[in-house]
Amino acid sequence: MELIHMFDTPVLFAAVAAFSVVVYVLADGFDLGVGILFLAAPREDDRDLMMASIEPVWDGNETWLVMGGTLLFAVFPAGYYVLLPAFYLPICFMLFALIFRGIAFGYRVQATSFRYLWDIAFAGGSILATLCQGLILGGLISGVPMQDGMFSGGPFSFFTLLGLLCGAGLLGGYGLLGAGWLIWKTDGPTQVFAREIAQAALILTAIMMLLVSAWSAYSVPEVASRWFAWPNILLLAPVPVVTAAIMLAVWRSIWQASEISVFLLSLLIFALGVVGLVVSLWPYVVPRQITIWDGLSDPMALWFVGIGVVIVMPIVLAYQAHAYWVFRGKTSHEDHYGAPVDHPAQPIVLAKGSPSISR
Amino acid sequence: MDAVQLARLQFAFTIGFHILWPTFTIGVAWFVTWLSGLWWWTGKPVYRDLMRFWTRIFALGFGMGVVTGIVLSYEIGTNWSGFSRSVANVLGPLFMYEALTAFFLEAGFIGIVLFGEGRVSKATHFFSCLMVSSGAVFSATWIIASNSWMQTPAGAMLDADGIYHTVSWWDVIFTSSFPYRLAHMVCASFLTCSFVIGGVSAFHLWRGTYPAASRAAFSMAMWMALVLTPLQILIGDMQGRNTLVEQPTKLAAMEGLWETTKGPPMTVFAWPDMEAEKNLFAIDIPYLASLYLTHSLDGEVQGLKAVPREDRPYVPIVFFAFRIMAGIGVILLATAISGAVLRWRGRLYTTRWFQFLVMAVTPLGFLAVLAGWTTTEAGRQPWIIYGQLRTADAVAPVASGAVLTTLVILFLVYNLLLVTFFWFAGLVAWRGPVEGPLPSDPTRPGIDRSAPTLVGAQAGTLSPTPGE
Repeated sequence: MELIHMFDTPVLFAAVAAFSVVVYVLADGFDLGVGILFLAAPREDDRDLMMASIEPVWDGNETWLVMGGTLLFAVFPAGYYVLLPAFYLPICFMLFALIFRGIAFGYRVQATSFRYLWDIAFAGGSILATLCQGLILGGLISGVPMQDGMFSGGPFSFFTLLGLLCGAGLLGGYGLLGAGWLIWKTDGPTQVFAREIAQAALILTAIMMLLVSAWSAYSVPEVASRWFAWPNILLLAPVPVVTAAIMLAVWRSIWQASEISVFLLSLLIFALGVVGLVVSLWPYVVPRQITIWDGLSDPMALWFVGIGVVIVMPIVLAYQAHAYWVFRGKTSHEDHYGAPVDHPAQPIVLAKGSPSISR
Repeated sequence: MDAVQLARLQFAFTIGFHILWPTFTIGVAWFVTWLSGLWWWTGKPVYRDLMRFWTRIFALGFGMGVVTGIVLSYEIGTNWSGFSRSVANVLGPLFMYEALTAFFLEAGFIGIVLFGEGRVSKATHFFSCLMVSSGAVFSATWIIASNSWMQTPAGAMLDADGIYHTVSWWDVIFTSSFPYRLAHMVCASFLTCSFVIGGVSAFHLWRGTYPAASRAAFSMAMWMALVLTPLQILIGDMQGRNTLVEQPTKLAAMEGLWETTKGPPMTVFAWPDMEAEKNLFAIDIPYLASLYLTHSLDGEVQGLKAVPREDRPYVPIVFFAFRIMAGIGVILLATAISGAVLRWRGRLYTTRWFQFLVMAVTPLGFLAVLAGWTTTEAGRQPWIIYGQLRTADAVAPVASGAVLTTLVILFLVYNLLLVTFFWFAGLVAWRGPVEGPLPSDPTRPGIDRSAPTLVGAQAGTLSPTPGE
């Protein structure tokens, strides 16, 4: 990685793509995580609250997945037309899973007798989508067979042991994010449940991060040499050390009074995980086949995309933040699709009044 | 079936299913925006009730649009990597702009539209509705721009490796067919929704439930239908004449015209025989096609035989799909005009047969949209980029077994989704534009809507409830 390359166009666009991936993983991560934990919640009431807490924002979060895909198409087309056929089955199954999960938001609250089916659709969709993302991630680290500039493997060449490990790791990691979100956004028994399950999710995340690191260093020599060659080992050592320290901090803060710290710290763990991934895969769009310099699209396409990213993306981030602000504070049972929006009117007055009466 | 046919079938199925939801949500989003604006300006509770009612239905359709749309944005890479390799420099940025300017806009404000009433002011709610409905139109704009470029490519160069390079973004986006296609699709969405809103309102008028709200909605829907149906026919005519110039083979297939003819007739019905290169059982009206295509009695229209067999689309599909679309247009026009006559005579809200008629035509707009897209997409075959890249050269190196597996799953899942949507949206529509607060439903488990502890936690933010 020569210094001269550090600030040229491909690197900047790679940074934008990486940024979109990070935002996707962090944002959809916590709402997939809420889905992963869904069936573990002991009471129907918890599940109502869990779903209500992410209902206003999940769609915006998932849009980053589309943003990532279209950005790849526009900026690093080789990544799009080689990697998507290479991960055909896991991508398709991820999309199926996201379908079930997405429509469960609208329909679960309307359902009466078969509500448990929507519980399963929501949780199962979240778990399957996460596993598929893990399989894609593992397959990406392991590399993709190519010939004449196109994918040349079979429908199952995506499958690796590393992918399974990554899938389990993402289940733990998203679960941890989801638990952190719930500790922040809910209270009462739901929050207690979130604190309890956060411990299990953290343990799974820690073990899987260790296994994924070890197995990818063992099975992919290029990754090992990237991390362990001198002087890289010295420069990169802080990444795992800081990650371990933050995991310890999460463990200690799960039962503490600060309700947001688990969420923020687990976001940090994920950010560091992405840093580790970038270290392992830099500077490739298709690992060890196509670099970001070879896979870049036309200058005409780049400046057009660049304008949009510079002007529109800050606005997007601003109004997404605004949406989170509107729905700030603890989630109540009132925030639901299909729930008649007017019904807070009377109960609210009662709720405000009743404590003062009893006082 | 080979991999190309399977990939085409899969794409046709997924995009055909998807287009139903944007058709529904673009129009209904603007209707909700309109109602939110009316509620803000007039403060009449009837608009609030209608707004909440249509927002609930909109939410279900919007979710379907989102989940089926994400499938498409990835399918172009998974199934059509030859295509995406070729056009990434041109269409990649357009798709990215769709995500950036449309999807995010919708997603960023949909939460406020659905759940924000009471948390934000009426003006902010109206603004959020406006953002969601604008996002829906932006999305259509980018996608129609991409599709129009594939139909009438311009502003880009094809190099020896088969890669397109943009020369002018203006020319890429504003291709010659783009304005007509965009107007035709957006108008189709508004028109379809006018008849959906009309149909649901007619149902409640017929039952006698919520008369005030149902009359208001029925009246608005019938006004829209009266304006939009003739407008849509006019735009369709303009697009047809653009097709005559830009894609003469497609137009010949739509008309079932084999020989290049001066003053061609309109073929009302026929069976186009691909082998014999002629129409069987044809019923023709002399000179009529010449009149509406060239606006003269002796205009020349190119026939299918002008191009070699391998460059022709499968004519019967194009021919019949076009007739279905145009036929539905005529039915909707007749319905809209009947409504206007009844309104003039003061019987719009009381005529039973008309209520049944409007209920019956509710799904026709969707059928017309599907038929119209079938016409234009099947009609440009065998090209994926008209005259330049063949569909067969655009597929991905994916095993046909994998494509077949996902196609079968998609088919099952989407049909399940459709049934579920009809069930739940039907329930909401049946319940109607309920006035004021709904009582808690004791048969519904889980949500205790009046749980004071949880509500009380955020009473401060919720207290300025509108309508009080």
